[in-house]
Amino acid sequence: MSSTFLGMPGDFPKNAEKAVQNSQLRYNLRKATHTIRGKRASVVGELPDWQELRAAGKAIKDHTLRNLDRYLVQLEESVTRAGGTVHWARDAAEANRIVAGLVKATGETEVVKVKSMATQEIELNQALAAEGITAYETDLAELIVQLGDDFPSHILVPAIHRNRSEIREIFLDKMPKVPDNLTDDPPALAEAARLHLRERFLKSKVAISGANFMVAETGTLVVLESEGNGRMCLTLPRTLISVVGIEKLLPTWRDLEVFLQLLPRSSTGERMNPYTSMWTGAVEGQEFHLVLLDNGRTDVLADEVGRQALRCIRCSACLNVCPVYERAGGHAYGSVYPGPIGAILTPQLRGMGSELDASLPYASSLCGACYEACPVAIDIPEVLVDLRAKAPHSAAERAGMKVAGWILNDHERLARAQRAATKLRKLVPKRLPGPLSAWTDTRDVPEIPEESFRDWWERNERA
Amino acid sequence: MSARDEILARIGKAVAGAEDVEIPRHYRTTQQADDLVGLFAERVDDYRAIVHVLPAAEVPAKIDELVAGRRMIRPDGDGWDDLNTADGVVTTCAVAIAETGTIVLDHGPGQGTRAQTLVPDYHVCVVRADQIVSCVPEAVARLAPARPLTWISGPSATSDIELNRVEGVHGPRTLEVIIST
Repeated sequence: MSSTFLGMPGDFPKNAEKAVQNSQLRYNLRKATHTIRGKRASVVGELPDWQELRAAGKAIKDHTLRNLDRYLVQLEESVTRAGGTVHWARDAAEANRIVAGLVKATGETEVVKVKSMATQEIELNQALAAEGITAYETDLAELIVQLGDDFPSHILVPAIHRNRSEIREIFLDKMPKVPDNLTDDPPALAEAARLHLRERFLKSKVAISGANFMVAETGTLVVLESEGNGRMCLTLPRTLISVVGIEKLLPTWRDLEVFLQLLPRSSTGERMNPYTSMWTGAVEGQEFHLVLLDNGRTDVLADEVGRQALRCIRCSACLNVCPVYERAGGHAYGSVYPGPIGAILTPQLRGMGSELDASLPYASSLCGACYEACPVAIDIPEVLVDLRAKAPHSAAERAGMKVAGWILNDHERLARAQRAATKLRKLVPKRLPGPLSAWTDTRDVPEIPEESFRDWWERNERA
Repeated sequence: MSARDEILARIGKAVAGAEDVEIPRHYRTTQQADDLVGLFAERVDDYRAIVHVLPAAEVPAKIDELVAGRRMIRPDGDGWDDLNTADGVVTTCAVAIAETGTIVLDHGPGQGTRAQTLVPDYHVCVVRADQIVSCVPEAVARLAPARPLTWISGPSATSDIELNRVEGVHGPRTLEVIIST
């Protein structure tokens, strides 16, 4: 995973500080996340067995991850038997090379794309552009982002930070042949997108997609969507290339009965999304290629605490309930995976070498709303705390913690330290000096009592 | 080492010694409903699709009425065959799900190709009452994975503008479901 995404120089706190000053952004995010929270709660509440589905979803994913090598080989056999070709990519560069080669082999220089997190993660569009191939995003929100020369800020709705009037402006600016009297009425905006893309769908020869699920037993790939742009891309072009992370696997056909209930209700808050396409190998005369992507996933798998992040089905329920995401927005996370899941996935996929990535485990108040909303029960707070321990800490902080540990480890030492503190209590300033002022700029120094509880207890017990 | 072998070796090393997991399946695999037709009709209607519930004998006349004056694709029959200038398509389906208001096409006889139910703006789908199952697990059990499958829940829509559902993007903007009882 490239670390240049967004070219964000700062860390999460600096990015968030800028974002919270944008009142339009905060209004848009608040409106959208609150709308979806209400819808999700009502359709989840309809199912009396939601917790049982959640437990099954979690276990199916854990079982798959435990046996991932075996199931990937089985998937390869199933897809090949059904007429598809399977490719393996260790990292982003290898996946991009494979896809560019496949497109070139068709002789085409334009491809249509279904929204896919995996291809965003590997920055496929940029890699294809470097090879003279233009990739057209067809999902409405991706189109808004692409036309606006912008960056995605949400897993499901990459243009969540844009409201209807901003979308209208982008369309008027960037869409050829858009009517001047275009209103900001959502159906009118949807119609404009329909007209804009129709010709392209009908003439495209190559499409690139991701997948929500792959079934090892049957070789079936599954894409859930709303608009029909997915069906257009999956159905009309002669050649279909799907780039899918290795963790998207399910062992059996039957397992879909769990995930086709968990995902739509968690993501768009619907009983079912408008369209789901399933295909097995090469269908209706198409040529089909599957590119299986590692790109850091096997490193995540090796971490006993962190590997649960690979259960993620990219529903974005955790973003929608997160108080930090709601205020800071998706761009502050500096990754295609924003929000709580991004805060645990990004540092694991690309390491904590940069200031930004090392700050992501702190982009949370640990309130736990994400864990509760997660349809596969990823304990995001647990992974955040684990990553905080693993993140780099400054020499001064490590020294301070060492001293604190030494004192707290022995009750005699602690009692002596507390007595010393009570004697010096008048000398502690309201604002700490030097680098410690960073703490007191946003917090009060705790008041030191005249007498420690230990001493009070001792005195009263004696009396 | 090939990418395939390297990835498989990395996985083997990453999960070595980890415990396997039992899968608890305590969720519902069927659902008691006295009136599957009624529930299905209500749930399809929630997506702002148009629903008709009719005795089987009246279905052909209803179809004639709906398609009058339109250039319709009729899979396996005489009809318009240019996808982009067709006004609509009439199909049957493989399975329907009451709880979610979903129709599933497996593109067998009477259901056309995947593109035929996608490019035209108007889709009429005839569902026999005995094709309606209660919930998702029942539908998954009835379907054949080797066939291409299209699950349809209402007309084409998007949630991409302020996270509200708006009907009508690339797929058929009008979905009309005739339930034949």
